Amino acid sequence: MTPGGWPLGRWRSRTAAAAVLAALAGLPLVAPTYYLHLLTLTFCYGIMAMSLDLLVGYTGLSSLGHAAYFGVAGYTAGVLATRYAIGFWPALTLALAAAVIVAALFGLLAIRATGPYFLIITLALGQIIWGLAYRWVSMTGGDNGLRGIPRPLLGPGLHLAEIRPFYYFALIVTALAAGAMSLLTLSPFGLTLRGVRESESRMRALGYNVWLHKYLAFVIAGAFSGLGGALYAYYNGFVSPADVSLVASANALLMVVLGGSGTLWGSMVGAALLVFLQNLISGITQRWLTILGAILVLSVLYAPQGIVGAARALAARAAPRPESRRAPVPTAEPHP
Amino acid sequence: MGISFYVQQGLNGLSFAALLFLLASGLTLIFGLMRIVNIAQGSYYLLGAYVGLSVMHWTHSFLLAILAAGAAVAAIGALMQRWFLARFHQQALPQFLLTMGFAFIFSDQALLLWGGDPQSVPVPPALAGTFVLGSVYFPTYRLFVIAIGLVVYAGLWVLQERTRVGAMVRAAVDDAEMARGLGIDVGKVMTGVFTLGAFLAAAGGVMGAAFLSIYPGADFDVLPLAFVVVIVGGLGSLRGALVGSLLVGLLDNFGKALFPELSYFTLFAPMAFILALRPQGLFGRA
Amino acid sequence: MARTLTRRALLTRGALLAGAAACGLGTLRSLVYAQGRAPIRIGFIADITGTVAQSGRDMLDGFQLYLAEKGSAMAGRPVDLVVEDAAGVPANALTKARKLVEQDRVHILTAPLLASEGYAIRDYIAERNMPTLFAVCSADDLTQRKRAPVIIRTGWSSSQPSHPFGEWVAKTLRYKRVATIGSDYAFGYEVVGGFQRTFEQSGGQVVQKIWAPLGTPDYSPYVTQIRRDVDAVFSIPVGADAIRFTKAYRQYGLKGRIPLIGGGVLMDESLLRGMDPADAEGTITALMWSAALPTPQAQRFVAAYRAKYQKDPSYYAETNYSGAQWIHAAVEHIDGKVEDREGLLRALRAVQLPNAPRGPMRLDQYQNVVHNIYIRKVEVRGGHAQNTVIYTFHNVSQFWTFSPAAFLAQPVYSRDYPPCRYCA
Repeated sequence: MTPGGWPLGRWRSRTAAAAVLAALAGLPLVAPTYYLHLLTLTFCYGIMAMSLDLLVGYTGLSSLGHAAYFGVAGYTAGVLATRYAIGFWPALTLALAAAVIVAALFGLLAIRATGPYFLIITLALGQIIWGLAYRWVSMTGGDNGLRGIPRPLLGPGLHLAEIRPFYYFALIVTALAAGAMSLLTLSPFGLTLRGVRESESRMRALGYNVWLHKYLAFVIAGAFSGLGGALYAYYNGFVSPADVSLVASANALLMVVLGGSGTLWGSMVGAALLVFLQNLISGITQRWLTILGAILVLSVLYAPQGIVGAARALAARAAPRPESRRAPVPTAEPHP
Repeated sequence: MGISFYVQQGLNGLSFAALLFLLASGLTLIFGLMRIVNIAQGSYYLLGAYVGLSVMHWTHSFLLAILAAGAAVAAIGALMQRWFLARFHQQALPQFLLTMGFAFIFSDQALLLWGGDPQSVPVPPALAGTFVLGSVYFPTYRLFVIAIGLVVYAGLWVLQERTRVGAMVRAAVDDAEMARGLGIDVGKVMTGVFTLGAFLAAAGGVMGAAFLSIYPGADFDVLPLAFVVVIVGGLGSLRGALVGSLLVGLLDNFGKALFPELSYFTLFAPMAFILALRPQGLFGRA
Repeated sequence: MARTLTRRALLTRGALLAGAAACGLGTLRSLVYAQGRAPIRIGFIADITGTVAQSGRDMLDGFQLYLAEKGSAMAGRPVDLVVEDAAGVPANALTKARKLVEQDRVHILTAPLLASEGYAIRDYIAERNMPTLFAVCSADDLTQRKRAPVIIRTGWSSSQPSHPFGEWVAKTLRYKRVATIGSDYAFGYEVVGGFQRTFEQSGGQVVQKIWAPLGTPDYSPYVTQIRRDVDAVFSIPVGADAIRFTKAYRQYGLKGRIPLIGGGVLMDESLLRGMDPADAEGTITALMWSAALPTPQAQRFVAAYRAKYQKDPSYYAETNYSGAQWIHAAVEHIDGKVEDREGLLRALRAVQLPNAPRGPMRLDQYQNVVHNIYIRKVEVRGGHAQNTVIYTFHNVSQFWTFSPAAFLAQPVYSRDYPPCRYCA
């Protein structure tokens, strides 16, 4: 893999990204509203999943508590909007701040651990947030959930009450977030993270502050997860403890893995897969959980790099190495 | 709060701890040897309970239910390990995901086969009484569970420390390459340990179903608790599983009795802090 | 290498086909009905997987039994029941509601089981003016402080059976001191709250209130905390918790010594099936249904349900059967013109069923059902446990004997309301 990690060649993937964006932007003109709903959900979960990929695929830390930050931001935004009638932009800022604070606190506890220990300690921390959501009834509504979160008023005349405007807003937010996370992975910081994933001891020997890098990755991932959560709260108008449960965190991890960890965009694809499959298949059969389990097993066996990972591997074999930025010349390449 | 309160809650906690130990001992042994975080351990508990329920239904023999459930689930575990997990030796994430995928499948199929109504395994009449000591009431069956927990611990300890098989397992845990070099069939050892873990979980399921009932979701209800036990005790340590079970069982019980307001935190908050101080658990290796 | 490619390609193609098929099915359905009279579409948000799978299953079974009896037709139009699974997750309930309303264009919706799911869809259905039948979801406030004109609650409100029960326990059973133990969430608070209010009003005292988290695996710490100097224990653990609780109650020696009473859901037929009859026997509870209700319409329903599903109908089944019956009555009243939404809503509000399986049903002006509440006692006949009806309260509304204004002025029942004045 080249330092950029994009065997397709950077110009090619930029074109691909632009094409996808254009398609998504044009969708509301043709697609029924239900699919816009599913896509909006995909964006919210996708942002969370992509942020988790920063930890899993780039830093090598698998977390089972990532929905905690999603939920903290969601609940914060929800409480501020319903109870204190705070406007969208200030509420969003405070929600993100809350997610960052919690991630910063939890990171201090979690980053000491690695591997399965990290998995379990993040699980425990996530459960603490869940317990809080459940028990702090006066603030969160407890088991009943927090309802009545109004759709955002971005500015004079910019009310996102209908699905089409909200969808566009969500699309813009997602594109910006994904772009930011992507830039992060390509930056020196991102490259260091990848080095940490490969071998912590080596990076330490090279003089990098491994702990700090992991910690910052954790907090940044938490922040973006919070962004997804705040968007979700405003979209659904409702947050409940189920959104910070172990199942929610596990689903996020599944999205990353099915799409392909370490590919960032794969997590968005994984989110789409999970959201669409779940909603479309549950209308046909009740055995959705069996199907999901089977997909998981099959993907581990036959597509361990996930969908996007497999696609990239495929493309890498087909395309020549991107030494130059010219269009690839169709010559006969010796295949490995 | 007199002495009888502490005795009562203490006994309650011990019986719950014994059940957790059955589940957690398998989990910790599996991790210690193969570094697998076995999400399907909860499913083994669930399947064991349901199979045991059916066997009880047909034969009215508690012993047979435990053995049959244990054997059936052990077979499933063996196949899972041999055909699927062994291919991904030392790869944590794929193994974790495989076990999760299977856990989903088992969970859903159990719902399909046994339905969604919560059910309980009838307690054998010989164990159905209650011990009364002053104002302390304690069901005989729960004493039985505590006894079984101790017996299993003793048995596993003897197996690990005093038998050839145990020596092979310990050798494989220490250094698999070396063990292979010495002629130990590490692959067989791994399958054996995994099978044992599954058997213990299933037996735990049958015994647990008699006083905790079995229902869809029991697998994912009991799994986090088992994980807390093995993480606090230290992954791979049998002694850790014992101490961890005691800690969790007693903490959970006293926590609920003394601080009911904090019932969602009495378990996970202390655990998070123990781990913050000693990430490898009490008896785990760094 | 080539083999891997093919396998992967196969999987991708298979997934694409499946996805396309799923999308196409909806269109196909409406094409099929292009002939004949257009169907009445009822959207059923079910919880047939997940933690409440069996109860959700019972709900669907009850509803489908009624439809089958009427040949899946109402007012000469075929009925298309579109079932979507929310799996007990509120966010899913909302997504499915959106699908049913915007994609399947249903004429009427039925609400899922849980209170959290009900709250999740409340704002959406109100905003969309979608008539929604609440057959089981019993969160008090949905027809009180948080009501909406589209909520047609034919099921019950959580505290509705508790009000007459509290009075009855004080006056008829003459219990003076009661300890309560309930599941630590809104449903538990509302069931206990209603009981405490009328029990204390009639001279009783609640001297201990214990709350156990939902899904508590081990009830021993709770059962052993119960004060021994009480006349009875009022309990409302939910689902599998009920089985564990009653078992622990007996195993720890309380069964013969302190009478057990509680919310009707504790001894619902769906749980009685899985309980040891010895654990359940003698428990007195209150609910709007019992499979042992000796009226002809109840027994006709029980016989039909038993014939089809080989078990006794739980209240999940009855409420959905009578819910379907309710919808049918409304649809007949407007000659099947369900496209007239306001007409449909008016008809739904005005329905009166004198002969539902549970007895007479009508709505109060807050659109919650007014019906009988039965005091039931568990009796074991031939190894089979049943809820024998020992007393009937008629025309019980969600407000009991209180005026709605006075009732609504009080806060909703919660963990700390009513406060435990007699707790040590």
